Amino acid sequence: MFLQQLINGLTLGSVYAIIALGYTMVYGILELINFAHGEIYMLGAYLVIIFLGIFTAMGLTSANFTLALILSIILTVVFCSAYGFTVEKVAYKPLRNAPRLSPLISAIGVSIFLQNFIMLTQGATDRGFPYRFGEGHLYFLNVDITYLQAMIIIVSGFLMFSLRIFIWKTRIGKAMRATSQDKTMAALVGINVNSIISVTFIIGAGLAAVAGVMVAAYYGLINYFIGYIAGIKAFTAAVLGGIGSIRGAMVGGIILGLVEGLGAAYISSEYKDAFAFIILIIILLIKPSGIYGREIDEKV
Amino acid sequence: MIKDIIEKIRALTKKSIIFRSSLIAAWAAILFLPFKDIKTAVMMFLSVLIGLSAIFFVRKSNFYQTFLEEFHPDFPHRFRKPALIALLIAFFVSPFILADYYLDVLIISGIYIILALGLNVIVGFAGLLNLGFAAFYAIGAYTYALLNTKLGLGFWACLPLSALSASFAGLLLAIPALRLRGDYLAIVTLGFGEIVRLTLNNWDSLTNGPNGITGIASPSLMNLSLGRLEYFYYIVFAFVLLTLAIIRRVESSRIGRAWIAIKENEIAASSIGINITKYKLYAFTFGTFWAGIAGTLFASKMQFVSPESFTFIESVFILSMVILGGLGNTYGTVLGAFILALLPEVLRGVQLYRMLILGLGLVLLMIFRPQGLLGGGKSVRIRN
Repeated sequence: MFLQQLINGLTLGSVYAIIALGYTMVYGILELINFAHGEIYMLGAYLVIIFLGIFTAMGLTSANFTLALILSIILTVVFCSAYGFTVEKVAYKPLRNAPRLSPLISAIGVSIFLQNFIMLTQGATDRGFPYRFGEGHLYFLNVDITYLQAMIIIVSGFLMFSLRIFIWKTRIGKAMRATSQDKTMAALVGINVNSIISVTFIIGAGLAAVAGVMVAAYYGLINYFIGYIAGIKAFTAAVLGGIGSIRGAMVGGIILGLVEGLGAAYISSEYKDAFAFIILIIILLIKPSGIYGREIDEKV
Repeated sequence: MIKDIIEKIRALTKKSIIFRSSLIAAWAAILFLPFKDIKTAVMMFLSVLIGLSAIFFVRKSNFYQTFLEEFHPDFPHRFRKPALIALLIAFFVSPFILADYYLDVLIISGIYIILALGLNVIVGFAGLLNLGFAAFYAIGAYTYALLNTKLGLGFWACLPLSALSASFAGLLLAIPALRLRGDYLAIVTLGFGEIVRLTLNNWDSLTNGPNGITGIASPSLMNLSLGRLEYFYYIVFAFVLLTLAIIRRVESSRIGRAWIAIKENEIAASSIGINITKYKLYAFTFGTFWAGIAGTLFASKMQFVSPESFTFIESVFILSMVILGGLGNTYGTVLGAFILALLPEVLRGVQLYRMLILGLGLVLLMIFRPQGLLGGGKSVRIRN
């Protein structure tokens, strides 16, 4: 029972971690809480269902399900990245030199807009994921892991690992690190700060899209407001790990998933969503810099 | 080769407004495409194209610049008093003229005005972004609802109690939370708002959970029930005036000036001897006090409360009122609250699109007129 909850929590936690990466990267570079990030994840969940529907209509799903699934996921990631890119250009870029609260309010506006956009075009009722797959089980130490759960954990781990490689070993990654340390200095040494910011948003949105796909397949049911609550939880994960720190987002997401899984099982499932908020408040009050974060001094 | 093409497209977008608009419109249509059919996407393309070209053309003209940057609707001074008196008379006689439906709308907007004025103290004066203001509204409403239905206490006895309990909750949240910087504080208030709502939703034995509390009494005065719409209208009207008067007084007092100093620059404010924590606590407790008053009025108006009325969206809605009117501008806040509270009634035909418009409006407002309709408070406007 305990191990089973641990696995469930780990599955959930790796999804949170993937979303949290987007928050933490954007915050690291722009010091902006990208409130619309959760909605990108929600868009991902919807888009994969829409694309699968289109492929079914074309007859591809029945011919080769794996291919159809992979194509849908790729299209979903591309579209979500385009959304992330657009949101930054439209809602955040014009406000780059505005007071700190302006982009935050603009982000809330984007979030409300996207939620209602989906509600109006896709309906207010729950949408089901049209196919079940990965339903086979692995039994291990009396714990029951579905293939889908294993897939989620493996894919998340792979994405986190690749992101780490990307940030630390590539030129763009290096430029991102430089930009997050000091935008002006980065611009002075020839980095195109605007395109680095765009890349950050594109990667973050792509990761959120993958998370959306995994959640849609895992729970089988989605609706237009899943983005808000998942966004808050992923943000909590990012803060828990230390906002701005990639490693922190991964650790924070997994801790949060475990706490939530175990809390729902052993304390109260009604207050499941409240755990994240309580953790968030406690962390912010006790150690706002999180587990791996740097202490940030107030600049004059 | 590819670089040349990109450069050419860039040059063309800079030169031709139509080309630029059609590129953006095509991008929007592509993003839109998966969610609806091709026909709607094409219509989307055309409307965005026309809209954007119009905007770009207008932006080239002078009118736009003068409107957005130099438009400070300053009423001539000698008209101010007569206009204000006329407005007061209009509101005073409206129960005799207007149908019940409009009176209802006015009552709701009055409650929102009190709420927005309270939030303006926190966000506009002291510069502390609060994304969980509906929680304090909820605490006020539920305090009255519970005291009234469980203990039988009347409206006037409960009013100060609920205001103080909202205020006390504000103090409890603020003591630890005020150490945080701007956006972290915003997130903590958001979390607090959600925790309050989830608690109201799940504490079935006390709050009756999602079903809410029914049968809350209307206010009465010496055995005379004031539940009738006209009476209630005057009560709300009186409270709006009272709130306005008190907040105006506080705004121009030493405390109000300290708030504005803190908002402008915390370090500078503390270096001239302003106790930052103390004044921030004042702002939080004073602002949430009015949320408690508004909550009581709301509960007695509806005679029913449920957690559904106090969601995050409600907090954002109240915040939008303050922002629309102009952060830190008291009269602007009144105007903003009035407009946004009336909006759902005006937009009845397109009610589904209400929140879509609100979201888009917030973004556009932040980009094009962050100081709101009437301009920001004193501090922001530079006087020559």
